[in-house]
Amino acid sequence: MFKLKTAIAFGVILALAVIVSACASNAAPITAPTSAPAATPASGGVVAAPTSPAASGALTVNGAGGTFPYPLYSRWFYQYATVDPTVKFNYQAIGSGGGIAQITAKTVDFGASDAILNDSQLQAAPGLQMFPTVAGAIVPSYNLKDTDGNPITATIKFPRTALADIYLGKIKKWNDPVLTQANPDIKLPNKDIIVVHRSDGSGTTFIFTDYLSKVSADWKQQVGNSTSVQWPVGLGGKGNEGVSGVVAQNEGALGYIELAYALQNKLTYGLVQNKSGDYVQPTTAAVQSAMADFGTDMGDKLAISIVDAPGKTSWPISGYTYILVYMNQTDCAKAQKLTAFLKWAWSSGTQYATELEYIPLPDAVRTAVLSKLGQITCNGKPL
Amino acid sequence: MSQAMSLRASRTRYALRKFINTLMLSLTGLATLFAIIPLVWIVVYITREGGRYLSVDFFTQLPTPVGVPGGGIVNSLVGSLIVVGIACLIAIPISLVAALYVADHPTTPLGVLVRFSTDVLSGVPTIVVGMFAYALVVLPQRHFSALAGSVALAVIMVPPVLRTTEEMLKLVPRNLREGSLALGASNWKTSLQVLLPAALNGIVTGVMLGIARVAGETAPMIFTAFGNPFFNTDLSQPIATLPQTIFVYAISPYQDWHAKAWATAFVLIAAVLGLNIAARLLTWWRTRRLRLA
Amino acid sequence: MSVIVQAKKNAGVSRWKTLTRRLEHGDTIFRALTILAALIVVVTVGAIGLQLWNTSALSRDKFGWGFLIGQDWNPVAQNFGALPFIYGTLQSALLALVLAVPVGLGIAIFLSELAPDWLRQPLGFLVELLAAVPSVVYGLWGLFVFVPIFVKPIADALNQGLGFIPLFQGPVFGPSRFAASLVLAIMVLPTISAVSRDVFLAIPRAQREAALALGATRWEMISQVLVPYGLSGILGAVILGLGRALGETIAVTMLIGNNLDLTASILHPGYTMASLIVNEFTEATYPLYLQALIEIALVLFAITLLLNLIARLLIWRVARRTTTEARV
Repeated sequence: MFKLKTAIAFGVILALAVIVSACASNAAPITAPTSAPAATPASGGVVAAPTSPAASGALTVNGAGGTFPYPLYSRWFYQYATVDPTVKFNYQAIGSGGGIAQITAKTVDFGASDAILNDSQLQAAPGLQMFPTVAGAIVPSYNLKDTDGNPITATIKFPRTALADIYLGKIKKWNDPVLTQANPDIKLPNKDIIVVHRSDGSGTTFIFTDYLSKVSADWKQQVGNSTSVQWPVGLGGKGNEGVSGVVAQNEGALGYIELAYALQNKLTYGLVQNKSGDYVQPTTAAVQSAMADFGTDMGDKLAISIVDAPGKTSWPISGYTYILVYMNQTDCAKAQKLTAFLKWAWSSGTQYATELEYIPLPDAVRTAVLSKLGQITCNGKPL
Repeated sequence: MSQAMSLRASRTRYALRKFINTLMLSLTGLATLFAIIPLVWIVVYITREGGRYLSVDFFTQLPTPVGVPGGGIVNSLVGSLIVVGIACLIAIPISLVAALYVADHPTTPLGVLVRFSTDVLSGVPTIVVGMFAYALVVLPQRHFSALAGSVALAVIMVPPVLRTTEEMLKLVPRNLREGSLALGASNWKTSLQVLLPAALNGIVTGVMLGIARVAGETAPMIFTAFGNPFFNTDLSQPIATLPQTIFVYAISPYQDWHAKAWATAFVLIAAVLGLNIAARLLTWWRTRRLRLA
Repeated sequence: MSVIVQAKKNAGVSRWKTLTRRLEHGDTIFRALTILAALIVVVTVGAIGLQLWNTSALSRDKFGWGFLIGQDWNPVAQNFGALPFIYGTLQSALLALVLAVPVGLGIAIFLSELAPDWLRQPLGFLVELLAAVPSVVYGLWGLFVFVPIFVKPIADALNQGLGFIPLFQGPVFGPSRFAASLVLAIMVLPTISAVSRDVFLAIPRAQREAALALGATRWEMISQVLVPYGLSGILGAVILGLGRALGETIAVTMLIGNNLDLTASILHPGYTMASLIVNEFTEATYPLYLQALIEIALVLFAITLLLNLIARLLIWRVARRTTTEARV
């Protein structure tokens, strides 16, 4: 018995040691550590001779961030391997919050985010720059039968504040006067609107609630704008597929999803009235028009909200997705590869963006972004 | 008279007992059917949705992005084998040895503590375990690695393996153990050569449940193994795994990737089935040899 | 063993002594090893708990115990509470166990006592295979196939027939606590049934033969002899299942509707702690938000501990009763 007690005492000491060592390093897990040792070069990639094109000797550049741009980025990196086989890009979709935290902690070479970084986030990572790569649009999707019992495939028009009132629970029925007046040709039924929203924190929700806050003072005051909010009404679905799944199951349901998802999966979606009072289709041109509306206001941050754009031809609910890069790099070889890639992405890469239903930058924005890219330095020297 | 009545009563009671017997035994068969139906349903569904990708190329090619035809999952397949394999190497010995302790000392403070810890651990969401492995392995090294993924999975594997082993050890008849000790075998010999083999079947079940569980885990991989579109066998580098591939493909907007997600899920399930069958054959072969000897 | 016998035969008394000493020595090492392994397990769990405690300090300081009864989860107003999630977690996990335990035990009995030999192993494989289906596959299959085809009609029927009971109140949407619990039940089935089956198989033959010889029917033998005999193992299996049900994330998230609803109805959407964590963890944008999520994990940790404590007490009481009845 004595032996056992000694052993336990010994074990407890050992246990404490392990605990202490484990906790020494977890002051701030995953979220941004306040003081990341800047000297340590970021992740993996063993640097071999950059001239050697051998796959095993290629330079690896790691990135992490939002799930929204993942399909496009993986396509870009795949195509770029034929342009420059000496570099391998590894981008993983761990969420925008994760992307911001990882680039702040410098466990990756670049981050990616759908949300605009706020001041405290930028302060935690001095020298971090946001570069918009492409934009995406959000559309309202529904599952509804008209008064005759036929599925409605026509595009329902949503007046400017209608979505906010529906998501606030003020508009409860599909045949609410606000909706019937905007859609005289559609026989909207006397049915409850089943509101569906994203349950996971996401850039999509950030953009959608940003839009609702811009068009409705009530929304701004009662709910607000964030990657996830306390929804006054409705069901939550995880991801685009979760929202569209719940919408498909419930007649009378309405949810917001990414345009790419709606197009690829042939879902019915409606039109939303823009600030100037027009209904436009969510095309590439309509989103580029929204981007151009704010093009001159981006400033040095190169990031801006583009919802509720004033232009006549602008789609009202869309947003940029960003790549996050330090303006002063520590690994010159990687920095060169990364900037070369970004230049390619904004020129030759746009065709793949269009193919996958993403919206490339309009010319004015691209010029500003490229000029900023030229200012990236390595250890204080220009590249 | 009363004798006849009591006879009749006992007869009806007998009939009732027989009826209950038949009813309950049929219900157990029905229960088994209940479990098989969703499995068959899921397998049929994923084969229908992803079957067109199940070709040799799928097992030998690296993944391709949307819009580029072909492509496979060789990196995730090998990655999963490595990550789960290392996780087994860490988790199984610790679990077995700890189970020996708990089965031996069920009432000591440490024994009680171990049992509680494993039960609590089984309820910790796997993403939290991932966060723990991130703090333990990724942050100190400042980069994601296959090893970090293995550590996370090893932690998740411990409860099923440890608890199952413990319960099976407790069911090994006492006289077997006493016999071994009486013959002069030491405690450790008794444990390793008598107790564990006697409980082998149950232990294999625990290990298989543990492997099946971790082989399909996505959440703890995101902040540890990270993922990798290229082929990698280096433990200190990011590595792709099957469940993460399934997850990323399944939540994308593109039908092409959805199909690949289902095909990958099929591969994962088939791989676990294969492993299970192999382990059972090995156990069977071993126990037969023991019996012959 | 044969080594020892041989040693005894061949060697002299002094050599025999050193050998025993060495074996005893081996035992000390072995004992230390088992203690070490046990400690590693305890320390790991302790470290996870401690990490959760340390990294939720902001949230604990701000909300105190009120966190447990707060009904809001508002990242914009920076106001967080855990009550809807605690409630949803308990309700869905318990419902899942209520559904899964009888079925799981039934499977275990069928596989160990009734199934013919040629069927036993393949059926066992199939049931265990349910554990290998990744949870995202359960989630998507549930969302697009299982819920619309199977769950929703049942939920509608329950609501129409028994809607006056708060438990089955409408309105019925597809995603609900009921849908999540059903899929959870399927997910915990393999654990409960496979472990219980092995428990039954490990019960000595003599127990069965004695019961049958006394004139018991097979079912009586199973329910009155085998189940009490293997109770500890069965409950171990149920506890593993409970853990899975409490901690499951993605499948539940896709099926439960993610709503801060506090009504009793199982047909309403709900929210669990694990799904909240997986939903918002990667997009939590400021420290308090993240730490509130970690505190949710801490609460889940504590609740799992509490539930296990209760389960242990129950086992202890049941075991005491059955020992006096069955084993005297």
